[in-house]
Formats: sequence, C-alpha cells, structure tokens
Amino acid sequence: MVTFTLNGKERSFDGDPDTPLLWVIRDFEKLTGTKYGCGVAQCGACTVHLDGMPRRSCITPIATIDGSDVVTIEGISGKEAQAVQTAWTGLDVPQCGYCQSGQIMSAVALLQMVPKPTDDEIDGAMTGNLCRCATYHRIRAAIHNAANSMEG
Amino acid sequence: MKIKLLFSGVAAHCLIVGAGILLAPAVVAQNTNSLRSAESFQSIADERARSLALFEEAGKVIQHPRCVNCHPATERPLQGMSMHPHQPPVFRGDGGMGLVGMQCNTCHSEQNTPVVGQADTLKSIPGNPAWHLAPIEMAWEGKTLGQICVQLKDPKRNGDKTMDEIVEHMAKDDLVGWGWQPGDGREPVPGTQEEFGKIIRAWVDTGAVCPSG
Repeated sequence: MVTFTLNGKERSFDGDPDTPLLWVIRDFEKLTGTKYGCGVAQCGACTVHLDGMPRRSCITPIATIDGSDVVTIEGISGKEAQAVQTAWTGLDVPQCGYCQSGQIMSAVALLQMVPKPTDDEIDGAMTGNLCRCATYHRIRAAIHNAANSMEG
Repeated sequence: MKIKLLFSGVAAHCLIVGAGILLAPAVVAQNTNSLRSAESFQSIADERARSLALFEEAGKVIQHPRCVNCHPATERPLQGMSMHPHQPPVFRGDGGMGLVGMQCNTCHSEQNTPVVGQADTLKSIPGNPAWHLAPIEMAWEGKTLGQICVQLKDPKRNGDKTMDEIVEHMAKDDLVGWGWQPGDGREPVPGTQEEFGKIIRAWVDTGAVCPSG
C-alpha cells in the first residue's frame, strides 16, 4: 500500500508497485489534466510537482513516492501559478494545448526557484518540455511576463 | 570513444580472444565482458610493465561508455553505447546535478526504473541516489587512456584525492558501482567492482604507471 498526498488530499494506491504515477493520476484518480506524451521522460507532457520539484510522472513508479506530496495541474496554486495563468491567457500561449499542462508545471516550478529568470535559465528549465506546435517563443515571453508581474 | 574501447580491449585481450576464436565463440563472448584478476598479472615479472598492464586492463572499465558518458568534456552528458548527446538536452548545472528546473532527478530516480508499455529498445531509465555528472576537470571524453591515467593521479583533477582514496572510490563508490548494475537493457562494464578495485589497488601498489600518449 502506497500513501501520498495528491493536491492536498491523502490518497493511497494498492496496485502494482511498478505502476507509473501518471497512470495512477489519470486512470485511478481521474485527473486527466496531466498528459501521456512519450512514456519515457522525453517530452515533459506528464510533468507534476513531486515534493515541490518538477518530476516526469510517466517514469515514476508509484512505490517510489510513498509519503510524498504530489501536485498536478489541477492542484497548482500560489502566486507563481496565478502569475503564469494570467500570463498564459494574456499571450494566448497554447495552440493545440496538449503539452501545456506540462509546460505550466515546469514554468511554475522555475519561477518558484528563480523569480526573475533569464532567457538562458528559462531555456535550461524548459528544454525537456516539447511542443509540437512550437509555441516556445510565447512560452518564454509568458514566463518573462509572469516574472515581471510578481515584482514589487 | 567506442573505437578506443575496442582498441584497449584488443590490446589487453588479443591473446585471450585469439585463443577464444580457436576454441569456442562462447569463450570470446565471456572474455569481452570480463576482467582479468589482479593476481593473474603476477606473471609479469617487471613491476613497471605489470603496473602498465594492470591499468590497461582497468581501462576496459574506465573507457567504457557506461563510465565516460558521465565524464563528458562539455556541459552535456552522453548516452548509450554510441555515446550520443543526452536527450532531452540537459546540462551540467551546480554540482553536476543539472540546471535549475531540469535537474537530473526530474527524470532519474534513486534506482534503475523499468519503463512500462514501451518498445524493447528501451527497457529502463537509469538511476542512483547520487546520480550526477563528474566535474569538468574530471572529463574523460575524448582522452586517451594515458591522459586519463595522468589525470587520475593529479589532485587538481581527481577531486584532491590521494591514491588510496582513488582506490577506495573505484572499489566502493556506489555511483561508480552503478556501471556494473546499469539496469535492464544496458551493457554493464566488464567484470565486477570488486575485481576492478583489486586491479586499481594493484596498479597503485606497483607504482601507478601510466600508458604513454
């Protein structure tokens, strides 16, 4: 039995310990905002926050997160999340949108760690989040906008 | 680097492999992924020659992609037996742990992790509690075995270690040991960490002679 916190609520899972966290989130908890992209940590669509840090849920066996705190796109909160949401809608960042929950989880984590990131810091943190619509230029601009909105 | 690996393997094993070809293919397969015991080098009477032979045997491990991939000469780790640049594109960062927001543990766990529902070409994601890159001054990528040897003995490029500490690191370090337990779908480095540690110990005890070039 694995117990963990999911978006602030105590949860448990009693299935195969090798089950990826992503599958538990989507198939058992029915939180489908976190996406399956590649299944091998190559695209970032499945990014969640694990104990406050970005983590690819598709290659995270559920047995390894016992006692951990998991936050998904449905549960993200705080000033960075609010700033990112405002900046994302302001620039109309998504195109098809499939990768965007992963993009947002990585962007929020970056801003929590680096409140005013440079282009290089944004590129470094976001390099593992692929976007087939190539919205990268808007993502980078929106992160800058979110950072600027949190100043002062 | 794979070519260098092959050359070092050939240098160390031409006689054994040659004999293996004459005897049975199974013997060849075993020898290409094994280490000679440190004791077997006692047959080399000249201590300097013995030390050199020991290090060349150790080179089968040191220059294996499993080791060199995390001793890159650039800011980016390498992957696979082909030693291609790591995908996704990640970079060294503080302490070799990756850049902020894209650290090693964004993907790598404390243990090798089997992947589920994927092609047979990718069976697991490698992992270790200490997963990180070696510091840039310890870069091995693109260097000859002789250059790596000199580097290993240089406190400015070996983490300020004594030779005894180098032996301890090679023989006991858990992340070094990952090379022999690299997870499903990955070729381990030759031999065992214990055998490798004994070879490094014997190399140090015989003067830690380095190959030229």
